[in-house]
Amino acid sequence: MAQLVIDNITKAFGAVEVLTDISLQIGDGEFLVLVGPSGCGKSTLLNLIAGLESITSGELLIGESVVNDLSPKNRDIAMVFQSYALYPSMTVRQNITFGMDVRGVPKVEQREKVQEVADLLQIGQLLNRRPAQLSGGQRQRVAIGRALVRDPKLFLFDEPLSNLDAKLRVEMRTEIKQLHQRLGTTIVYVTHDQIEAMTLATKIAVMNGGVIQQFGTPQDIYDNPTNVFVAEFIGSPPMNIFPGKVCSDGNSAEIQTKKSGNVVLELDRCEARDMIAPGQEILVGVRPEAFSNQAPLGAEGNVQTVDLIIDVVEPTGPDDLVIIELGGKEVVARLEPQSCAPETVSTLLIDKTKLALFDADTERNLLQS
Amino acid sequence: MISRILIYASLIVLAVIFLLPLWVLIITSLKDLDEIYAGGIMDLPQNPSLQAWARAWGTVCVGLNCTGLKAFYANTFMMAIPSVFLSTFFGAILGYILIKWRFKNSELVFGLILFGAFMPFQAILIPVSQTLSYMGVRDPVLSLIIIHTTYGIPFTTLFFRNYYVTFPDELVNAALIDGAGFFRIFFKILLPVSTPIIVVAVIFQFTGIWNDFLFGVSFASGKDVPVTVALNNIVNVTTGRKQYDLDMAAAVLAALPTLLVYIVAGKYFLRGLTAGSVKG
Repeated sequence: MAQLVIDNITKAFGAVEVLTDISLQIGDGEFLVLVGPSGCGKSTLLNLIAGLESITSGELLIGESVVNDLSPKNRDIAMVFQSYALYPSMTVRQNITFGMDVRGVPKVEQREKVQEVADLLQIGQLLNRRPAQLSGGQRQRVAIGRALVRDPKLFLFDEPLSNLDAKLRVEMRTEIKQLHQRLGTTIVYVTHDQIEAMTLATKIAVMNGGVIQQFGTPQDIYDNPTNVFVAEFIGSPPMNIFPGKVCSDGNSAEIQTKKSGNVVLELDRCEARDMIAPGQEILVGVRPEAFSNQAPLGAEGNVQTVDLIIDVVEPTGPDDLVIIELGGKEVVARLEPQSCAPETVSTLLIDKTKLALFDADTERNLLQS
Repeated sequence: MISRILIYASLIVLAVIFLLPLWVLIITSLKDLDEIYAGGIMDLPQNPSLQAWARAWGTVCVGLNCTGLKAFYANTFMMAIPSVFLSTFFGAILGYILIKWRFKNSELVFGLILFGAFMPFQAILIPVSQTLSYMGVRDPVLSLIIIHTTYGIPFTTLFFRNYYVTFPDELVNAALIDGAGFFRIFFKILLPVSTPIIVVAVIFQFTGIWNDFLFGVSFASGKDVPVTVALNNIVNVTTGRKQYDLDMAAAVLAALPTLLVYIVAGKYFLRGLTAGSVKG
């Protein structure tokens, strides 16, 4: 178990730079999730940490030592792959002991370790089967078991749940989280699924285009997205972003709509209100749960009401996802079930403290520019 | 239903056409010479006898050696088995390197190796004999082993490379992280799942090497020649009437091992060929 320091790392394949100036640091026992759309470089970064690809420039530290030039086996890491990568010709037991065999761990100790992880992961009855005879979830457990017996400084997970069906994915997610809580290991986990990132991580790095867009705790990233990309990537449904224009009082913004007329949003409780000037074009961000149609949503001064025409109502059970149009964009509001009907006017409450403002050109959060 | 019948009918007709020579070969070998010269090539033998087979196997004279084909069987096996083993092994290693340890210009190297597969035998006879004498190799069996191994490597490399393309890189990465090296990954992870393509390579190499005539006749002589050359010497050197019964029996005997290999491993051969050609 150890800290991980990534200092200014760049990776290029020939002339193509796929990772640019990546810097981040996590402490002992943290759970770092690298999240982003496909092609954002998150798996490449994981391969750099594992030593499966070489680092073009920058420094990588696991524990106290620079590991740039160490081969994977000398980095004291273990990795769980997306396809599980179980050796097809070996039994589950042989899969788990293969690495220990290579390192020359005595047989007695091997047997103890296998028993230990088999009990921990409940795969004791599978030890003599081959990977082809296992279900997806069982293979996943074996792959994790193979990583666990190494007792490494650092665990690496490369999209370990994306080959499982939806129900199993949720179960395994919880199991991985429990495992982390119990063992307290340092983990780096790659996924494109923002829900996995939010639920598992102690730190998230949101990546896009080979650059870290934002690095922080899940709650911080959710509450204060640094730009429109992060705002729209994290959260399900994601943050609503729509264009508006700051009114002449500098304390509110006018949003054009096709059906509901022009709406004026009050920005007086918005942290970023000092950053805007009258007449400025801005992007307004509102999380779906910042809407309501039932009081109370917060302290009275923090709430504003607007009348909007409802386009579509999508019931999910606990909530209705209600789609309205603001500034030419589809905006999703999470409301009480069965509280409104499509094609009718509804009075919505908006929590003014939850509004985020972005620059219309750079798409950066105005609070942070 | 009618199309079924058509399919089976045409398959049966084709099978008969292809098997007819073998049938003639076998019934002729069982007849005596007078019966053969009396004509009626398709007639069944009146007094079937294995006498020609016994002579072909045990006593017929090939040049000066009246030991039958059995001594030359041994020559061919001694040359074919090491050649098949070595060319398959090197092909597997090369295929593994070309796919799982890619290096700069590895595709170009693969192209160059493949070029060897299109080299006609006749074109390299003289360079090969010069190279062998430069290496100081005079033993005919060793010469043939070197030639057949070298000539086989382009084909076996192609087979294994195309087979290993479908093998996930993640498994190699997992083994690397587990601390396994180049050879351990090959022997413990890849080779155990390579049976179909090993069968393909072995059949392909074995039939090719067993049936080789040109290299055998060029680099061996006397009692060292492989069975194909011995067969040629039996058939082409006769005094008096041509011994068709003996020739037929000897021909079947010379072809028997390749035939057996196809019968035993034929279904793996088909499976392996298609498995290798899915990708790459």
